[in-house]
Amino acid sequence: MSHPASAHGDNYLNHSHGLKSWLFTLDHKRIGIMYLFVILGMFLLGGLFALGVRLELFSPGMQYLTMDQYNRFFTYHGAIMVFMVIIPLVPAAIANFILPMQIGAKDVAFPRWNLVSFYVYILGATIAASTLFLKGVDTGWTFYAPYSIKTGSSATLVLLGAFIMGFSSILTGLNFIVTIHKLRAPGLTWDRLPLFLWAIYATSIIQVLATPVLAITLLLLVLERVIGIGIFDPTLGGDPVLFQHFFWFYSHPAVYIMVLPAMGVISDVIPVFSRKPVFGYKAIAAATFGIALVSFVVWGHHMFVSGQSDFANFVFSFLTMLVAVPTGVKVFSWLGTMYKGSLRFDTPMLYAMGFLFVFTIGGLTGVFLAVVSVDVHLTGTYFVVAHFHYVMVGGTLLAFLAGLHYWFPKFSGKMYSEGPARLASWMIMVGFNVTFFPQFILGVLGMPRRYADYLPQLTTLNRISTTGSWLLGLGFLLVAWNLARGLKSGRASGPNPWGALTLEWMTASPPPHENFLVEPVVTDGPYEYRGEKALMGDNA
Amino acid sequence: MAQATGSVPHHERHHAHHFKTGMEEFEACKQGMWIFLVTEVLFFAGMFMAYAVLRVFYPQMMKDVHQLLNWKMGALNTVILISSSLSMALAVSAAQRGEREKIVRNLWITLMFAAGFLVVKYFEYSHKIHEAILPGKLYAYHELSVAKAPLFFSVYFVMTGIHGLHVIIGMGVIYWLIRRASRNEFGPNYFTPVEMTGLYWHFVDLVWIYLFPLLYLVS
Repeated sequence: MSHPASAHGDNYLNHSHGLKSWLFTLDHKRIGIMYLFVILGMFLLGGLFALGVRLELFSPGMQYLTMDQYNRFFTYHGAIMVFMVIIPLVPAAIANFILPMQIGAKDVAFPRWNLVSFYVYILGATIAASTLFLKGVDTGWTFYAPYSIKTGSSATLVLLGAFIMGFSSILTGLNFIVTIHKLRAPGLTWDRLPLFLWAIYATSIIQVLATPVLAITLLLLVLERVIGIGIFDPTLGGDPVLFQHFFWFYSHPAVYIMVLPAMGVISDVIPVFSRKPVFGYKAIAAATFGIALVSFVVWGHHMFVSGQSDFANFVFSFLTMLVAVPTGVKVFSWLGTMYKGSLRFDTPMLYAMGFLFVFTIGGLTGVFLAVVSVDVHLTGTYFVVAHFHYVMVGGTLLAFLAGLHYWFPKFSGKMYSEGPARLASWMIMVGFNVTFFPQFILGVLGMPRRYADYLPQLTTLNRISTTGSWLLGLGFLLVAWNLARGLKSGRASGPNPWGALTLEWMTASPPPHENFLVEPVVTDGPYEYRGEKALMGDNA
Repeated sequence: MAQATGSVPHHERHHAHHFKTGMEEFEACKQGMWIFLVTEVLFFAGMFMAYAVLRVFYPQMMKDVHQLLNWKMGALNTVILISSSLSMALAVSAAQRGEREKIVRNLWITLMFAAGFLVVKYFEYSHKIHEAILPGKLYAYHELSVAKAPLFFSVYFVMTGIHGLHVIIGMGVIYWLIRRASRNEFGPNYFTPVEMTGLYWHFVDLVWIYLFPLLYLVS
């Protein structure tokens, strides 16, 4: 099979040369790749902190860290993973590359702002990470007042860093909304838009609407620390619960900034490897918006024990359970897509099926926590930690890995080795569950989160969890090694190794500088696999 | 280029390569600008929310303390900003018609109004700083002993400070427009930056129209 990359010669990787041609590029593909590498670097850093936390918890008592260091470890783990990894991971890295290609465009609407968003992210991340070499930060990623006002650590700089990174997120979201509206190829009507893009579109709306509220919240907290304005400070007549309201008004929708793009990846991957049209296209698209909408009115479920009124608790509890409805629509639509399909278990599909399994556990335990009486018992315990790791690691990260393996040939024009990739997917899947499932039990047994020590009778479960974290870490290393090897010496993938039907596969891999040599014209939906088996690549 | 016929839109300026036409580029910019303004509204919404909470918690305090603000100065600034919105609108319409001198003149007028706004604000601020009527912990004004009074000034300084920052940024952008307009860069085929700045400026004006009664005219 001849591969067009060599036929055309010119692609986005060899279009221009030198470090400068990358640092000042306006090409969405290169910006996406730069985002990808930086975010993966941050992921490594945040992961090391997580391993440190788990290592300390291997035994009761303090072994490797002081309690102060432990506080800093879990704070950096949380803040790095949330603000620097999971929020930008799929939108800024993968969608930056894929979105314009899936709509048949040459670039995003505002390429310059796209590059600005990258450097704004770098600036914010640098400022926040610089505190590692100063006094550190020990507030937890949630920065709850009044402790965050009083702490002597370098919280101010971390707050400023997160504030700045918010602008990067806003710019990305704004850019994507306009791009999807204005730059779709002829024939790409809204009801032919790939579901990945519906997800990115809904995510962008949340980014644009919620992030400014975080910005003002963090700014007020910075002013609180610097000049003592008192709005969140009870000693001056302010209200610390107001901070929680402000914070979660952003940070709950932010959960969906993290998970909606992941669901989008899954919606794109499952039909390809089931060789079937997606089941319930419109239902999935509508459910995406349902989740985005409901995400704005459930923030109070983080505050059931913060002194909220019973009535508010009741309303937030009810609204939170509503999230399960569109989520359930999606899960059953994905299962419906696989039902009677010609399933192929390539690596992206393995991750997608792993996602279905663990994300459903994460989602269902969320319903437990939505029940006020249960939450009063479980809040602030490891049950909550396990729940959101099932959603964020089991959901977003597995979907990211599905997407990374799925689009890797498009990014690079090369194939990775399937064997190690599948092995790594199993290591991650097993390692993840061994790490986090015991934490549900620990939570029910009453082990509080964020404590550096625990009662001796909880030792066994903690040891299982820590052991799992090592397997999980090894799995990630294997992924990195395997993809790096694929990048270096993988065989050429050809333009469309999976036989997918969305537009990004209709051009060379790696794509030419302007994505398509001729502007594509769309005549059909993105998942019309009936009678398409002839298109399958030679990768079986 | 001034009086190009409207029926041949946007052929003179080379638009970015990923847009098919200059019109498409303009529409994209306009949508992007409106979305940006939505984010601005939400940014200020946090402050308005904090204000509302204080009004609910301490209604009497807000009423008593706001008298320390000089409503005449606030009213003067309201008039100044509304006038600047008018000159900005005239600049946009001149840009659409490609009347270079009119664009430049109206942008200068807008810039002067903006500077005037900041001068008034400077007098208000310096008076308060002099009297130690300051936000939160820094508050040390003892003539008026109302509990929690510092919170009002926290909200006052943060809201007007962020708004003032928007005015200053706007002035920078307007000055950049004046430079470009002087080089005759705007006309019926290309007036995007002027129109976008106009939208921004009206927004900044609108925020003040809410700030003025909420802070200066509490009753």
